Amino acid sequence: MSALLQFDDVTLGYDRHPAVHHLSGKVDAGELLAVLGPNGAGKSTLFKGVVGLLAPLTGRIELHGLRRADIAYLPQAADIDRSFPISLYDLVAMGLWRATGLFGSIGRNERHKVEHAIAAVGLTGFEERPIGTLSVGQMQRALFARLLLQDARVLVLDEPFNAVDSKTIADLVVLVQRWHGEHRTVIAALHDLELVRDHFPQTLLLAREPVAWGVTRDVLTADNLLKARRMCEAFDDDAEACRVDAA
Amino acid sequence: MLRQSLLAPLTDEALRRAFIGASAIALGSGPVGVFLMLRRMALMGDTMTHAILPGVAVGFLIAGVDSVAMTIGGLVAGVIVAVLTGIVTRTTHLKEDASLAGFFLIALALGVVILSVGGGDDEIVHVLFGDVAALDGPKLVLIAVVASISLVVLALIWRPLVLECVDPQFLRSVSGAGGPVHIAFLALVVLNLVAAFPVMGTLLAVGLMMLPAVAARFWARDITSMAVVSVGIGIVSAYVGLAAAAALNAKPGPAVILVAGGIYVGSILFGRVGGVVWRAFPGRHLEA
Repeated sequence: MSALLQFDDVTLGYDRHPAVHHLSGKVDAGELLAVLGPNGAGKSTLFKGVVGLLAPLTGRIELHGLRRADIAYLPQAADIDRSFPISLYDLVAMGLWRATGLFGSIGRNERHKVEHAIAAVGLTGFEERPIGTLSVGQMQRALFARLLLQDARVLVLDEPFNAVDSKTIADLVVLVQRWHGEHRTVIAALHDLELVRDHFPQTLLLAREPVAWGVTRDVLTADNLLKARRMCEAFDDDAEACRVDAA
Repeated sequence: MLRQSLLAPLTDEALRRAFIGASAIALGSGPVGVFLMLRRMALMGDTMTHAILPGVAVGFLIAGVDSVAMTIGGLVAGVIVAVLTGIVTRTTHLKEDASLAGFFLIALALGVVILSVGGGDDEIVHVLFGDVAALDGPKLVLIAVVASISLVVLALIWRPLVLECVDPQFLRSVSGAGGPVHIAFLALVVLNLVAAFPVMGTLLAVGLMMLPAVAARFWARDITSMAVVSVGIGIVSAYVGLAAAAALNAKPGPAVILVAGGIYVGSILFGRVGGVVWRAFPGRHLEA
């Protein structure tokens, strides 16, 4: 297997303060990777770096043969204006962007795909509902339908199962498994250890510093989890410049 | 007499020009106004009318009142302010409203200084409130051109513009079109205001942009029908307002805006989507 994403001593952060500190490693094509860690551990920051919304302070994130449109990103707090008057159908259809671009028409073939994606997340019958009337779980299902249409090689999911009931999680995990079966690369930030153990072969345990990265059962040891929990969340305003770089 | 006034926008030469001009403005301004409203930039149009003032004033000083130079000057000033605002918003941590506020105040003060140095009170009133009689052939052509450009550009950028409103982060993750589309949209706002100001005056040029749009919110549930309804309201306001102005011998520009305002208030009360009356008497709740 070849590395699709490569992290070379990557430090990501804000105003010089590191949120992800000296991360090195790689993600292979077709990998199903869980990123685990307490709040403030740098999971979202890492994902922003991967999708190109945040440039590393130091180090490099290499995307081997990937274009922007090859990576589908589901942010943790999608800043979707839910008061905007469009239907669930139109929201899902946005996922066709890579195929249609600015002007490409949505013909019978595309409409069929949209209906198929909506059916796959169990929202058939909700097509014409304004997005402002959807519940949190329905919205997450709709965003997964949009991800389905994006047909991306890499899917980056930031806490996709937050505030979602167990039935919805079970349905959406099936989709994640399906992507894995289609040899797509899936990286997801999660908090549920059981879910990770059951469904994600690879795990990165992150607590600003990478605590462990590898096969899930080797990573999720009591020792490692304790280490991750001890990390300190607050930035230190008086912190010295990092010495690792100077060395 | 009343019948004569009712038909005046069709029979009277000057009013007919005004009706055609205002209808063309409504075609472009309505949808632009709907997007401004949905992006919570409803007051931005109003601000932009102040921003075009220095350009209008310079055009007036160079070529006199009623000149195309005033329109072109307004266009230049408006585009400069819009582009500067867009750049500052995207490259600094200032939000759009804040960066716009900074530039429009500079522009407004500059415009008033230029006008007060070079012109008299009559000209200032003329620029502020517009003059339907001044709507000659070249200005009508200009309005028609602006309306055409607006509709074509809106058709071209419709998809990314909607996306930029609903889910800007998603648009950024799939395409770099967000920035150019935003600036094109701001340019449309300026174009439509500049086209409207000879008829409506700079103070009320934004009227046919925002009032039909906010009224349409009470009649339509999706963005496309909202845009269509706003155009309809704009054209009806133009006709009724011009007829009323003829009957009462009032100033046509403000009369048109007042009618649009009346439709807005009526829509708040009786609009089918979230109107006050429908909220007060919603009917019994449903089974499921």
